[in-house]
Amino acid sequence: MAVESVVSQDGKKLTIKVKGRFDFGKHQEFRNAYEHKPARPDSVVVDLKEATYLDSSALGMLLLLRDHAGGDESDVRVVNASSDVRKILAISNFDKLFDIS
Amino acid sequence: MNQVCADVEALSVLIAEDGAADRLLLATIVRKQGHQVLTAENGEQAVALFAERRPHVVLLDAMMPVMDGFEAARQIKALAGEALVPIIFLTSLSEEQALVRCLEAGGDDFLAKPYSPVILAAKIKAMDRLRRLQATVLEQRDQIARHHNHLLNEQRVAKAVFDQVAHAGCLSAPNIRYLQSPYALFNGDLLLAAYTPAGDMHVLLGDFTGHGLPAAVGAMPLAEVFYGMTAKGYGLAETLREMNAKLKRILPVDMFCCALLLNLSFQRRVVEVWNGGMPDGYLLPASGGEPQPLVSRHLPLGILAPEQFDDTTEVLPLALGERLFLLSDGVVDTSDENDQLFGVERLRRVLAANRQPALLFEEVLQALDGFRGRSRDDVSLLDIEVVEPQLSSPLPVIYSDSGQSSPLDWSLQFEFRAETLKRFNPLPYLQQLLQEIHGLRAQGGALHSVLTELYSNALEHGVLGLDSALKRDARSFASYYQMRNERLQALSAGFIRVHLRVEPLGQGGRLIIEVEDSGKGFNVSKVLARPVSEQGLCGRGLNLVRRLSRRAEWADEGRRACVEFAWEAQA
Repeated sequence: MAVESVVSQDGKKLTIKVKGRFDFGKHQEFRNAYEHKPARPDSVVVDLKEATYLDSSALGMLLLLRDHAGGDESDVRVVNASSDVRKILAISNFDKLFDIS
Repeated sequence: MNQVCADVEALSVLIAEDGAADRLLLATIVRKQGHQVLTAENGEQAVALFAERRPHVVLLDAMMPVMDGFEAARQIKALAGEALVPIIFLTSLSEEQALVRCLEAGGDDFLAKPYSPVILAAKIKAMDRLRRLQATVLEQRDQIARHHNHLLNEQRVAKAVFDQVAHAGCLSAPNIRYLQSPYALFNGDLLLAAYTPAGDMHVLLGDFTGHGLPAAVGAMPLAEVFYGMTAKGYGLAETLREMNAKLKRILPVDMFCCALLLNLSFQRRVVEVWNGGMPDGYLLPASGGEPQPLVSRHLPLGILAPEQFDDTTEVLPLALGERLFLLSDGVVDTSDENDQLFGVERLRRVLAANRQPALLFEEVLQALDGFRGRSRDDVSLLDIEVVEPQLSSPLPVIYSDSGQSSPLDWSLQFEFRAETLKRFNPLPYLQQLLQEIHGLRAQGGALHSVLTELYSNALEHGVLGLDSALKRDARSFASYYQMRNERLQALSAGFIRVHLRVEPLGQGGRLIIEVEDSGKGFNVSKVLARPVSEQGLCGRGLNLVRRLSRRAEWADEGRRACVEFAWEAQA
């Protein structure tokens, strides 16, 4: 699986790990990772440790996730981004919407 | 024939065999398997029968009189064209060479004598599977080709419509060079340019998320807003807010548009920049030296709600011969076989090495080719040179009415107070109003420039009390505009009054514009007495106003500007 999702024991935190190229090919898998969950988690962590590349459709997917998690009230963090991936996030100024570390 | 019983579907099988006994034996076996049989005694008969009846499978004896099986196989395959008509050679030959000849002549399989009914049945079945597979592949190929043609045609029509909209602007101005793939629209790339009524140039290089039709659909409304608002004299901030709100409203959540917008004023030699999500553009100095990046400081268009949208722009001074170089992410994101990106550093080296501006695009493309062997098809490049204002004159505006209803004798006064000055730009409304004066239309550009100049002087130096000396050198330029934003946000008192008076004069008429502000005023004679060379970036405004209008005076210690335009009788 190129996209893995884990819900914490208390059900409050959803962690989504993306591996390899994060582009349109992962669209369905990424949506499946957070849609149709029994309860909406309080926070979502997107772990990009093993993501090698990220394109603009991946940015769109992050926006969909943010929208699903409550839009402006959501708590979505993007963690472990490589420097290349971080550059792409920075050009689009996604740090204004997501907590990126 | 029903697809469900495809397994036992009766085929028509041609049997060509010169031996009557063998022919009868084979025909009996094949018929027993439920197939229809055609028989031929030699190759020539077999070819003729094939041409007439088009059987599904052919059994061919290799050695026959008149025409042997090899030649018959070649002719049958030629007649069959793209469809697969399996040929099974019947042979008593056993040496390898002969069997190879069977296959080379177009045979798909062979069956050795004596004939085994079981093996023959199995082979016919296997050949039928192949035949069907080939038929399916051909059908799907044709279907794909049809869809593809259909799609290309749709794209062609969509592009033709879009080109009418997109190229309504001034991309063909002599100081603009651009490079874009003809179907860039379907990569989501968008390039727009248009003159404002005051002769400034608005430019947009945008990139929608994704590819294909979804990437293209947002382009039309974006272009409409861009051209509509630019033509009406709205500034970058208002246009940006409107574009963002429109895209936010119509696009799905995961779609947005990265964009870099410029407002180039060749008159005042400044450029206003807003970059949301595009790669750095560059301000290239006229004589080599370090390119100045135009960095993305905002989220792309179509993501933030209107009340959260940030329309803050940066203002940079321009000098003659300097150039603005913009590019799409297709350049820096081009990757080699190892997924290494071309990147910003390589691009900057190309920019630094460039000696002849005219060759810059070629040099960038060469560097991309050298890096990867093949550049992406979504590379957009744009190069705008800073020229004297008259070289980039606005296209004439075509008015639809005859001018009979033009008002000739009136006056109006507006007073814009602090809360309004903070968030509202009254210039487009004033300009719209003044366009009704037909006699002034020939001077429209000058009128707009003067009005813009008077208003920004009243706001910046008058109401906000900013010292124009701050703009004297390029370094303090940025802090000037930062201070302007801060003071405007904090503004709680002050006003700008605009008084317009139109009256008949001889056979024509005249317009008198008075702009008054609540500021401290300035020493008019001292500023106007400065030689042009010393006025640098700050004094240009007043000179511009004097040059473009018929008469320009300052009263009340510089707090009130009075400017006159006049026109002759209308033809």
